[in-house]
Amino acid sequence: MRGLLDKYAAKLVTAGLAEPGDPLLGGLDAELEWNREDDATPVLEEVIGGMGINSILFSRPAEPYRTIIEHLCRGEVSSIRPRDAETRTFLHDLPVVRELAAGPLLEKLRIRKSVIVPGRGIVTWGTVSPEQAFIFFSSVCFACFVKFFSDLLEERRQGGLSSLSRTVLARVLEYLPEYPADVPPLMSGPFGKEEDVYAAVAQAGRLTVENGLVDSFFGNVSLKWRNTLYISQTTSSLDELEGCIVPCPLDGSSCVGITASSELGAHKETLSRTGADAVLHSHPRFSVIMSMDCAEDCPDRGYCHIRCSWKRGVCGVPVVPGEVGAGPTGLCNTLPAAMEDSNAVIVWGHGLFTRSIGDLNGAFRRLLHIEGECRDLCISMLMEDH
Amino acid sequence: MIRFRILHVDLSSRGLHIEEPTPEIMAECIGGKGLAGHYLHPHVRREWDDPELPLLFMAGPLTGTSAPASGRICIMSRSPLTGAICDCSVGGSFGWQLRRAGLGGIVVTGRASAPTGIEISDGSVSFSDASGLAEAGTDLLHRDLRDRGAVACVGPAAFHGVRFSSIMVDGVYAAGRGGLGLVMASRNLKYLTVKGTGSVPAADPDGLREAAEDIRRLVAAAPALMGEYGLRNCGTAACYDLMSWNRMMPTANFRRTFFLPAAGMNSHAFSERWKPRRVGCKGCHIQCKRVGEDGVHLPEFETMSHFSALLMNTDLDAVREANTICNSMGMDTISAGATLACYSEITGEKLTPSRITGLLMDIALQRGEGTLLGQGSRIYADEMGHPDRSMSVKGMELPGYDPRGAMGMALGYATSTRGGCHLRAYPISHEILRKPVATDRFSFEGKARIVKIAEDMNAVIDSLTACKFFFFGCSLEEYAAAFSAVTGLDVSAQDLQRTGERIYFREKMMNSSLGFSALDDDLPSRFFSEPGTHGGGIEVAPVDREEFLAARQRYYTVRGLDDSGLPLGEKIIELGLEELS
Repeated sequence: MRGLLDKYAAKLVTAGLAEPGDPLLGGLDAELEWNREDDATPVLEEVIGGMGINSILFSRPAEPYRTIIEHLCRGEVSSIRPRDAETRTFLHDLPVVRELAAGPLLEKLRIRKSVIVPGRGIVTWGTVSPEQAFIFFSSVCFACFVKFFSDLLEERRQGGLSSLSRTVLARVLEYLPEYPADVPPLMSGPFGKEEDVYAAVAQAGRLTVENGLVDSFFGNVSLKWRNTLYISQTTSSLDELEGCIVPCPLDGSSCVGITASSELGAHKETLSRTGADAVLHSHPRFSVIMSMDCAEDCPDRGYCHIRCSWKRGVCGVPVVPGEVGAGPTGLCNTLPAAMEDSNAVIVWGHGLFTRSIGDLNGAFRRLLHIEGECRDLCISMLMEDH
Repeated sequence: MIRFRILHVDLSSRGLHIEEPTPEIMAECIGGKGLAGHYLHPHVRREWDDPELPLLFMAGPLTGTSAPASGRICIMSRSPLTGAICDCSVGGSFGWQLRRAGLGGIVVTGRASAPTGIEISDGSVSFSDASGLAEAGTDLLHRDLRDRGAVACVGPAAFHGVRFSSIMVDGVYAAGRGGLGLVMASRNLKYLTVKGTGSVPAADPDGLREAAEDIRRLVAAAPALMGEYGLRNCGTAACYDLMSWNRMMPTANFRRTFFLPAAGMNSHAFSERWKPRRVGCKGCHIQCKRVGEDGVHLPEFETMSHFSALLMNTDLDAVREANTICNSMGMDTISAGATLACYSEITGEKLTPSRITGLLMDIALQRGEGTLLGQGSRIYADEMGHPDRSMSVKGMELPGYDPRGAMGMALGYATSTRGGCHLRAYPISHEILRKPVATDRFSFEGKARIVKIAEDMNAVIDSLTACKFFFFGCSLEEYAAAFSAVTGLDVSAQDLQRTGERIYFREKMMNSSLGFSALDDDLPSRFFSEPGTHGGGIEVAPVDREEFLAARQRYYTVRGLDDSGLPLGEKIIELGLEELS
């Protein structure tokens, strides 16, 4: 377990989710192991002993997440309810307790995957791997980031930002990293060998992460080569796709794609309708935020994730409803049609899909460009009030 | 609170009475598997053919409500195949009808003087003479009885004494493993029907609706369920290519782990050939079963795997025919296929399609070579002087996942309370299907506690009588919300998990009282000495014996067992089970 604990402690830092030395991870098989010593371990040992889990994570979030989360937790808030797709689907809501003590932590962690302790940090857990705890931690940070900006946009629409909001926004913007200025080149098609296809998919995933275009390292990448679609596997980490790419024959003659990304159907249908060869999908934060910012007062409000009466767009990119996966309200029913008319589409509250021909260069370039535009737009809208 | 009315049937006297377990018992047992264990425990040392050993049919607390995929039942008793406790979670509509008839379960004891049927319709229970039906196939019996509601019955194999006889529900849903069909036939009980017209209320309908929405949303997001190649679109046959791709398809009685012709015998091949439509359990929108356009049910993954690769058979028709025979005669397809593979290895005979189907009929009717084969691979291999050729754990034949390809699976097979079963720890979920996240399938690291946690969770799922497949997307978090909404009890996922630990530990206690110990928590020696089939960049080494034993030791520590795999007194007290020890 120690290897996994160290891996995810380091990954939290690399991803900008925690500061060096902060992440505390415990893993339990027959014996409990920690990645380091900490005063909080007795409390967390009590928590892990009171639950059927095998790993636990506690850390202060790094900036700007720390400022954002403290802001969202002010007052008597006992739970944060973000509206983005990941939270709605997997976390449901984000409980808050005021004390890092076993009792209150257990009360919430027995029913949810995370708990926020203002002033202290975030506690998450896993049943099979510390990776789950890492993912939940990351998802809490992402969800709070999206909620913070979404709330400010709504506040602006309702008459303008309060002075508190302005102050917090200014602090958060100070912590935002510079946006990448250059688009790195990716492997160029056409590809002669299958190994190159695997390498190209893995490279696109890694660069998507390195350029900060993800939440929890999640997203998916696919590239068509001959009669097969090479696509990242479900729950694979975009920066570690080697060995996690599954070849799906396009004639449906094999079911190995059962472990493919939940968006396999949407990728296949998009490629089929558009003649493109590659699809790249990630969860860039400002694209998600801007997709949720809508001034229309319509009967679908509150259900924007599954239906929308308007033909909406952000920065010239269509926004469509659709939930994760292939259910009746899944994005597989909305995305491919929208991709026919545009080489990029944002799914409401979820993320951005781009496509390209020949290789992943075009898809990656568009992803980076659109997120940059959404970021500029969001910040400029909020700064208008200053 | 959970209110269950349990029907007790004494077949000897045709006596009936209704009992309502106390709220305390229901809280400790949940329903399904947990409640069945409660009724079995006091009698567990009785032999499987002792009329006083109960045969239990238990629905779950969510059964009959709008909670998704919660309409299964648990059938439990002692296994004639292994001698251990044995429970099967089985789909269909039996549980749903049972709850609507105002019942939560049935406890059957005694022995009828002649083959008998039990017919339940709302508040009434009647017995019928089934003397002329002992040789009736389960498919025909279902066809003739289905107007009386859900049907659970045994086929001719059970009345002929086959130790891996199944109980078939609604014709095609098998309580297959462990020979519970033989227990039922030993009571001269041919069938039960149940029909209900009532409703099952929920304490908090809005809460149940919200929980059901959360569950459906997660199911939609799970590729293994709703994805293009998931169970909804391809049935359980979807796993066939995956096992082959991962070089862990049991082949030639587990002598190899890759079967080259498998690429032409997969879900796609069956679909091209028989143009199936989807069918499935009451209250489930996945509908993972398949019926061909000619009305014949197609085999599920395990059956496909064992009647192709395990027997080195390349005839698609023979795979389907073997499935039809097993279902109609009432035999577990996994044990039947694996016993034939054991026979093939020992005799050196390459089984042709006609030999496969012929031997299956010989087994079912207990004639010729089938007489001994019908006792299962362990007894057969022992009798033939080759005990190491039975690929079984505790006498139960292993299913379609070679343990050399997944160490959690290797450990899970060894520790399962019912023997060579993949469903108690179900490590395939994370080792192969990557849910909730992927773990290193070739490593034992962390697997002891993972297996223990999963066993507890699956004990809860089988007590809720929910479908394990749904947990490729959901967790107990969502089902705890549904449970709370139905019962009005404020119960968390971790509360249920703790209850699951108690339920599973009680099974360990029952098995230990029957003499099972670490000696039985082991794998056939082949897996420690022979490699699987390398290829596709995957090397399949033998399971490292020392690492396996170390992982098993860690499992014992985590589970609260001593070095011999027997329950520790302090754990018994901690779980409040001392009255049962």
